[in-house]
Amino acid sequence: MTHPDFLWRNPDPGPSYDVVIVGGGGHGLATAYYLARNHGLTNVAVLERGWLAGGNMARNTTIIRSNYLWDESAAIYEHSLKLWEGLSAELDYDLQFSQRGVLNLAHNLGDVREGRRRVNANRLNGVDAEWLDPDEVRKFCPIINVSARARYPVMGATLQRRGGIAKHDHVAWALARRADAYGIDLIQGCEVTGFEITGNRVTAVETSRGRIAAGKVALAAAGHTSVLAEQAGIRLPLQSHPLQALVSELLEPVLDCVVMSNAVHVYVSQAHKGELVMGAGIDAYNSYGQRGGVHVIEAQMAAALELFPIFSRVRVLRTWAGIVDVSPDASPVIGPTPVDGLYINAGWGTGGFKATPGSGWVYAHTIAEGRPHPLAEPFGLDRFTTGALIDEHGAAAVAH
Amino acid sequence: MLLIDCPHCGPRDETEFHYGGQAGIAYPTGDVSDEEWAEYVFMRDNPKGWFRERWFHVHGCRTWFGVERHTVTHEIRKT
Ligand SMILES: Cc1cc2nc3c(=O)[nH]c(=O)nc-3n(C[C@H](O)[C@H](O)[C@H](O)COP(=O)(O)OP(=O)(O)OC[C@H]3O[C@@H](n4cnc5c(N)ncnc54)[C@H](O)[C@@H]3O)c2cc1C
Ligand SMILES: [Zn+2]
Repeated sequence: MTHPDFLWRNPDPGPSYDVVIVGGGGHGLATAYYLARNHGLTNVAVLERGWLAGGNMARNTTIIRSNYLWDESAAIYEHSLKLWEGLSAELDYDLQFSQRGVLNLAHNLGDVREGRRRVNANRLNGVDAEWLDPDEVRKFCPIINVSARARYPVMGATLQRRGGIAKHDHVAWALARRADAYGIDLIQGCEVTGFEITGNRVTAVETSRGRIAAGKVALAAAGHTSVLAEQAGIRLPLQSHPLQALVSELLEPVLDCVVMSNAVHVYVSQAHKGELVMGAGIDAYNSYGQRGGVHVIEAQMAAALELFPIFSRVRVLRTWAGIVDVSPDASPVIGPTPVDGLYINAGWGTGGFKATPGSGWVYAHTIAEGRPHPLAEPFGLDRFTTGALIDEHGAAAVAH
Repeated sequence: MLLIDCPHCGPRDETEFHYGGQAGIAYPTGDVSDEEWAEYVFMRDNPKGWFRERWFHVHGCRTWFGVERHTVTHEIRKT
């Protein structure tokens, strides 16, 4: 099954490329695009086992923000947000990028302190951030229940006005069209099954469509990175979990911002077409099954109704899951691996859509130059040995 | 939703349990290098297939126990 090829060719694999990217999701496509645009590398193939951007790229809730706590994260996500701000024009494609503002709600004193601290940290890093008290939350988003008698009262919120959403499919198609125009081969229905390693250098990939020689190989396979890395003899600090989301039936415009809440775990926005898009937390166990438990959805719905009593009669249209790769510090892993010429971009977990252009930018640089982009450097694999973690778990309202 | 067989209480709904990750991770003894310590703290298997893992019957008998579960089909084959 492949995507129709009206925006890009649908070529067969060639015998060899300078760079082979494994995974045709947003990150793989952005990497291909920036390899060509920023580094003049066009003898490049993106190998996708299914159809282009049919993985997490097609499944996420499209929230974009850069209000992370730690300096390293703020730097890379803000770099990405700045790229988003020019991307529709640059790619000449309407990405429906909408900077409608992202609220992260606080429901207890710990949340309040964390939120205020993050606002200050964001400002010090040049990231726009505001603190809203409950009344200001109500003014900004009138349908949120800010009653003090709620089970989890809204005690305030951080607001990033430059945050928002974009149409994920459009992003993938726009990047694919441009990468294709540079002559990059986007090859669908081509699964990487192994690596040819000579000495300690990767020289080719084995695929469901034969051997493809490669000067460099760059993994961008999201939840399946551990499975692939194992084929190259590399053990990674990643665990794959299902992450679920759902959409409602179509509604008239009722919610014009993004609302996130970690404490009662739901995040909601209204798509341009009208459906409410809602995400949950990950299912606890490891899985590649692309389905999660109904109880997770139930908890997510309970949280949504607590915050938005107005949604009580809205019907759910469909639910689904993607497989996300979670790292111990909830930060991505970008950079070289112990195998020469083999690069990794993984561990974005529940929140990598917002990073799509930034991730592609720094990964392309890392691959082209053979050493990490300065923004990517802190995210190397060695941080788990040195202890220089970038611990965003809980620190930055991390689910999306 | 999983149906998990607690060795004491029998098959119960997943919501009664807490997930404990990979089973059989031994605490390192003696002098450990940074690499060995990182391996112990951060590295876990992440197979697409059978996985030996720990579950805690948190809302039941409060026993930790191991099961083998398939990470694609979610089949559980022994407790
Ligand atoms: C339900 C859900 C909600 C989310 N919400 C948000 C959000 O609101 N905001 C946000 O920032 N992030 C969000 N995310 C996370 C985000 O989707 C991911 O972090 C991001 O998409 C990962 O990068 P990617 O786009 O390249 O991954 P993917 O699109 O998954 O790309 C990886 C590709 O690799 C392919 N592949 C795997 N193995 C092989 C192989 N052996 N050979 C060839 N190809 C292979 C896959 O088929 C897949 O297409 C969400 C994720 C989910 C599942
Ligand atoms: Zn029990």
